[in-house]
Amino acid sequence: MTDDLNSLSFEQAIGELESTVQRLEGGDLTLTEAIALYERGMHLAQHCNDALDAAELQVQELSQPGGAEA
Amino acid sequence: MQHEFPSFQSPGPDPEFPLPGSGVWTVSELTCYIKDLLELDPELGDVRLEGEISNFTRAASGHLYFTLKDAGAAISCVMWRSDAGRLDWQPEHGVAVLARGRISLYMPRGNYQLVVDELQPAGVGDLHARFEQLRDRLRAEGLFDPERKRALPDFPRVVGIVTSPQAAALRDVLNVLRRRYPLVYVLLAPSLVQGDQAPPQIVAALQDLDARDEIDLILLVRGGGSLEELWAFNNESVARAIAACRRPVVSGVGHETDFTIADFVADLRAPTPSAAAELVVPDLADLQQRLATSRERLVQGMDRLLAQMRQDLREQARSVRRLSPRARVDTHRQQVDDLLRRASNALAHRLDLHRSGLAGMEARVAALSPLATLERGYAIVRQAGTGELVRSTGQVRAGDQLAIRVQDGEFGAVVESGSEDGTERVSE
Repeated sequence: MTDDLNSLSFEQAIGELESTVQRLEGGDLTLTEAIALYERGMHLAQHCNDALDAAELQVQELSQPGGAEA
Repeated sequence: MQHEFPSFQSPGPDPEFPLPGSGVWTVSELTCYIKDLLELDPELGDVRLEGEISNFTRAASGHLYFTLKDAGAAISCVMWRSDAGRLDWQPEHGVAVLARGRISLYMPRGNYQLVVDELQPAGVGDLHARFEQLRDRLRAEGLFDPERKRALPDFPRVVGIVTSPQAAALRDVLNVLRRRYPLVYVLLAPSLVQGDQAPPQIVAALQDLDARDEIDLILLVRGGGSLEELWAFNNESVARAIAACRRPVVSGVGHETDFTIADFVADLRAPTPSAAAELVVPDLADLQQRLATSRERLVQGMDRLLAQMRQDLREQARSVRRLSPRARVDTHRQQVDDLLRRASNALAHRLDLHRSGLAGMEARVAALSPLATLERGYAIVRQAGTGELVRSTGQVRAGDQLAIRVQDGEFGAVVESGSEDGTERVSE
């Protein structure tokens, strides 16, 4: 479950988290479905939190346009 | 020179220069006359003059004196302190300028001069004109149309930045990104941001970034500067490169008050580089709040769901109990009990009724029984032979055998005599 989380962008993760919450709140679920949604949501929330906590701004500098070092 | 000039008037009421009768001018008269000619001329009352400054001096009084010249001529200029104080730049010898003022004549020296009230470096006015011209042209082409503006992604993953790597603007942008949304990956496409080389480099940097698929949006930023320093952002090829980008471009050039062509073309114009960075990424604190809220709603949703399921379960169990065959047997058993109870009740009731009926009849029988009367001393008299009840004197004759019944038994009697008067005397 955590493997596929790592392939999610933050946007996807928080988006899926919020839709998961809505489905869980929507009701009309079997217990098994509800538990699965709950666990998925908790993992997503944890994943997002970890991502925010761990994030460090990464900067890559491209070479000067046209290769000219001005 | 003839002085019968058609519009000539007396050179004023000034008594210092009385009109001579001779037709010969005094120097002052003529000078004053010429002064009037110059100063009353509508054309010379508002002059825009281009030239190069020479002989620049700033008097102790604060007034500026200089000459404007071109290859063929020179004009003296003065700028009074009140106007000179508003200058936001330093005029100096050799600078080409655009001056605005009126022509006047300084009588003590017979010197006409331009009294300057506005002075700006030449080219600035030109830049303004070019700026407005380009802006109007691109606007007419539709490059600034609101429909062209693309929406920014809520969560950019990769942000391209076009600016000078040494600039404070870049540090500001990176600081904001680091604080607000360090998840973002920054691709910096370095470029000069002022000077002749800046526009082609900016264009190349924009194209370089836009060609990369991972880029979500592009920031084009530069710190504050003079109009000339920001000029690269009023360049047509830069404007067209921005318009041609597949990704949204956010401009943050100069200060709040600076507007460049790049700002007009960009999908979003930020007042400063820092503001541009703030506009393109979400805020970490907001996100953490959102996450916390989501987590809370997950827990509450699950709790509510479980409570609901428990409640449903209880109801189902009740239904099952209600529908089980055991329950039906119990019901039947109870029905039987009920019927039995009702039957025995009915029976008891009926017995009671009979019982009370009997008692009533007994009472009535008792009331009707002659025995009770006999007890009070009455007797029943019958013909002994026939058993006929004797109710009247006419029924007996002397010698008739009678049976007399009293309370405790019967005895026989004989009638002695019939009674004429109807009274019968019975003897034992």
